[in-house]
Amino acid sequence: MNTRLSRILLPLAIGVLVVSAWHGLVTVYEIPRYIMPGPSDVAQTLAQDWELLAHSLLITLRVTVMALLLAVIAGTLIAFLFVQSRWVEMSLFPYAVLLQVTPIVAIAPLVIIWVKDASIALVLCATIVAIFPVISNTTLGLRSVDPGLLDLFRMNKASRLQILLRLRIPGALPYFFGGLRIASGMALIGAVVAEFVAGTGGSGAGLAYLILQSGLQLNVPRLFAALFLITLTGVALFVIMVALSRLALGKWHESELLPEA
Amino acid sequence: MNADRTAHDEATQSAPVPVFRARGAGKQFGGDRKSTPMRALEPFDLDVHRGEFVTLIGPSGCGKSTLLRMLAGLTTPSEGTLHWWGGEFATIGAAGRRLVFVFQHPTLMPWTRVLANVRLPLDLAGTARGEANTAATRALDQVGLRGFENHYPRAMSGGMQMRVSIARALVTEPDLLLMDEPFGALDEISRNKLDGELLEWWRAQGQTIVFVTHSIYEAVFLSTRVLVMSARPGRILREVPIDEPYPRDDAFRGSERFSACCRELFALLGEASHGAQANARQGAQT
Repeated sequence: MNTRLSRILLPLAIGVLVVSAWHGLVTVYEIPRYIMPGPSDVAQTLAQDWELLAHSLLITLRVTVMALLLAVIAGTLIAFLFVQSRWVEMSLFPYAVLLQVTPIVAIAPLVIIWVKDASIALVLCATIVAIFPVISNTTLGLRSVDPGLLDLFRMNKASRLQILLRLRIPGALPYFFGGLRIASGMALIGAVVAEFVAGTGGSGAGLAYLILQSGLQLNVPRLFAALFLITLTGVALFVIMVALSRLALGKWHESELLPEA
Repeated sequence: MNADRTAHDEATQSAPVPVFRARGAGKQFGGDRKSTPMRALEPFDLDVHRGEFVTLIGPSGCGKSTLLRMLAGLTTPSEGTLHWWGGEFATIGAAGRRLVFVFQHPTLMPWTRVLANVRLPLDLAGTARGEANTAATRALDQVGLRGFENHYPRAMSGGMQMRVSIARALVTEPDLLLMDEPFGALDEISRNKLDGELLEWWRAQGQTIVFVTHSIYEAVFLSTRVLVMSARPGRILREVPIDEPYPRDDAFRGSERFSACCRELFALLGEASHGAQANARQGAQT
């Protein structure tokens, strides 16, 4: 069997197997819906509560995407600042690490108290989670310049700006996209966790709040449906990042080159 | 200041100013509080004249790359003086002279196509795009890569990448070409072919070339003059002129004259590495 086909078929087969087993077990042991709904129950809930779920999905998605954008913009700017001088990096890098290692669950209540607008608070929390991989990868990339090319640029009397634009930035792209891929997942995690802590209800309720609420009401099928949507969002973000990376690097970088036929 | 005036006087009095002149130039690394000094290059005198093809050859660690980097202004000597066309390094551009360096590896930007890679020196100098494209296309034509303008470097063989690198060097029509083992990573067939073509370009354009190599055959085939260097401490051991008229071709490679030159260089290099071993032993004992 050719590898490209098996790359799709094998995971698909596992998926079908797991869902069937799930369905079988739930039916055979007659597990009540409020403990473990079958796949069909989840699918049904997805259809029935679509309006509610879609609304929450949009809210979570908005927080995630805004956080990711913010993390990319701020993270890249910070990385540029870091490579301008070792002193700046030495003074500030420990604080970037500090931000990274402190669990967001512990910071989120503070952010929520300090920031009046709940959705801005959520975006900030998710940004804090997502920004580190962007900073560290982009910094590494901007520093990892081919020394030969750097000599070449210097011999041609290239200005600092020319070296940055024509050498450092293109050279950093593969690292940046690696960071972006990690950051997209982190932004979603950050958005969900922050919402758990904030517990924003009413019209601003995202998927996390829906899960929280459904759990309290023992509406387990809805909980599963929300969970399914979060997972789907994560996968979709990942796929989009991979596609972006391929679009930008596909023509030249090793990581994106398809094996020769 | 003083050195400047001397060079200037020489320039006005005795006619041809050497392209490059070193007087008592040497290089020592380290030597501050943290590290013991490491002498890379003993002080040396060297004149490179217009239109010459000078080759540096020697065992590894003999300082030939350091010497070449000094010529390129990439390394400053720790003593002595260097002059380019009778002036300081900084005045080269103002005097309308061009100096280019060809690296051991192709050193291409993988993210841009061949044309943009070749155009780079012109782009950095702010040449208009159309003019730069014309020059780059011409340079590619010169190295036999017409039609490869839109390829990415990755899709090319090592020899072709090296040709791109040379096209990038030729695009500015340099007066002095410094080449650091440019064909060292290539197979012998590609290397011989490129050596032959390099001679043709050199003869057509009349630049001055200083070339570093590990290969005695390459040195003899190409050069008007070979500088044999020896290691520990790195120094210029001997100067061997190759009195063979150009054009040189495969017939020269098979000639008795060629073998004689090679034998002479083999003997000198043997001496160079023996000396180095003896010095190393001596160093180990003390």
